[in-house]
Amino acid sequence: MPGQTMVEKILARGAGKEKVRPGDLVNVKVDLVLGNDVTAPVAIKEFARLGLERVFDPARVVLVPDHFTPNRDIPSAEQALALRRFASRYGIVHYYEVGRMGIEHALLPEQGLVLPGQIIIGADSHTCTYGALGAFATGVGSTDLAAAMALGELWFKVPPTLRFVYNGKMPKWVGGKDLILYTIGAIGVEGARYQAMEFCGPAIEALPMDGRLTMANMAIEAGGKCGYIQPDRITFEYLEGRAKSSYEAVYSDSDAVYAETYTFDVSSLEPQVAFPPSPENVHPVSKARGIRIDQVVIGSCTNGRLEDLRIAAALLKGRKVNPRVRLLVIPATQAIYRQALAEGLLEIFIDAEAAVSTPTCGPCLGGHMGILAGGEVALATTNRNFTGRMGHRDSQVYLCGPAVAAASAVAGEIIHPEEVA
Amino acid sequence: MKLEGKVWLFGDNVDTDAIIPARYLVTTDPLELARHCLEDLDANFARQVRPGDLVVAGKNFGCGSSREHAPLALKGAGVGCIIAVSFARIFYRNAVNIGLPILECPAELPAQLSPGERLQVDLDQGRIIRLAGGSEVKASPLPPFMQEILKHGGLIEYVQARLQNDGLL
Ligand code: SF4
Repeated sequence: MPGQTMVEKILARGAGKEKVRPGDLVNVKVDLVLGNDVTAPVAIKEFARLGLERVFDPARVVLVPDHFTPNRDIPSAEQALALRRFASRYGIVHYYEVGRMGIEHALLPEQGLVLPGQIIIGADSHTCTYGALGAFATGVGSTDLAAAMALGELWFKVPPTLRFVYNGKMPKWVGGKDLILYTIGAIGVEGARYQAMEFCGPAIEALPMDGRLTMANMAIEAGGKCGYIQPDRITFEYLEGRAKSSYEAVYSDSDAVYAETYTFDVSSLEPQVAFPPSPENVHPVSKARGIRIDQVVIGSCTNGRLEDLRIAAALLKGRKVNPRVRLLVIPATQAIYRQALAEGLLEIFIDAEAAVSTPTCGPCLGGHMGILAGGEVALATTNRNFTGRMGHRDSQVYLCGPAVAAASAVAGEIIHPEEVA
Repeated sequence: MKLEGKVWLFGDNVDTDAIIPARYLVTTDPLELARHCLEDLDANFARQVRPGDLVVAGKNFGCGSSREHAPLALKGAGVGCIIAVSFARIFYRNAVNIGLPILECPAELPAQLSPGERLQVDLDQGRIIRLAGGSEVKASPLPPFMQEILKHGGLIEYVQARLQNDGLL
């Protein structure tokens, strides 16, 4: 019998089986379930219909009000209140209030809640982020969340796995975001539909955890069920002093079967930019040079982590944002915000005349705090550039990493960071 | 389950931001959501869709976010079934979980249909019949496990039945 991939092994374990095969329907026990202020209110309504007195395990349910918080308006305040009330009524241990919270997918790994070998579901499509730590993590809907809060288990179809091997050493100014944008450009927005994406190779082994989280985060933009990196030294170092409980790492067998293997050489990769209105319209930054922009957003669960802010600050230090441009910097969690303050990064942003905000999803989903008017163009370190994503249906969003974003904010148009540095 | 309705045609990669833009995610009421369903793609849809109408689309329908508001908006609009060449996986789960029928059809079907024509759909058998002309297209029915959820009316009803079975309710 041939071997299994990491995801197959994790799902087999969750289902209490020796082995599973792609295509098998399995019922698995989940280690962690997540909801936010958009998806949990629907789940709470559904959960109420079950008439249960308790959730399966109050320590394994995580609720984060991050999308429209601090509350945008009265309806969003009502949604956040529904979350808060549910958390208190059911004794939810990991409920994060404004001022203590962060964007869920930056927050959970940071808090040591995500561990290798776990099965994590979240009513948010970017739950796939946690694959960066060697977990099986995938987005589901609100009704799935309600069912999982009740039973502590959920059904899955075991996905086939695609293998992505990144050879070579990444050039300066190139990071995890560029690798994943390049990959989505190569395989398309449904290139990994229903499938798992395993990221590996020398460039991944050298990639710090922040960049890994960025890559796994955007597996969904290729249609992937999950994206993951097998645990290694970088993973264990990240978990040191952070992991909330013990864990058992799981690895793909050397004779595991992959549906397909893609091999890329990254040694001469340019920073990448995804043009509207799809994350698959990816071009090297040189092809985007000169595109005028009205707003730059540095933040989100994709690129709002400390490393991203450091890269942006290095380029913005002693410079000013172009007078035509609004730059918004949104640290993804309270801890990142605090650390950026301690390192003097926030001062650099403010001196550069950027608007710096408390953690929120905000403009990423066109929620609040930076909505675009008709005809406006944004360059953002977020993950989606669909029509109307950041505001008016006639606005446009280009996606990139933090270096291109910061350099372009200074230039007033999309530019290679090298030209500003 | 058999359905009959009028066709609304859409292309490939219809994303959840197009089905229901994030600006409306501050309600969970299907009827309220339905008023804005697909408005950035076709302003007439929300106004003119009638109960039982069918949405037919290309590849990767429902890609993007996990918002259940997307299938809820379509259900609230009275859509009888979504027929697409393929679905994004979270949308697929969500639709089944809230009891909104979906069907995967052959890649050539959407291009052959005209907006407004009437189809008859047999969900259990995975059959689509074009009422003008009577030609029949074979689609893939949902796996039995998911048909089971649909028959209960959705995942919550299914879980309820299970909890009752286990003596937990
Ligand atoms: S930052 Fe954007 S992509 Fe990430 S969870 Fe928030 S809305 Fe979703």
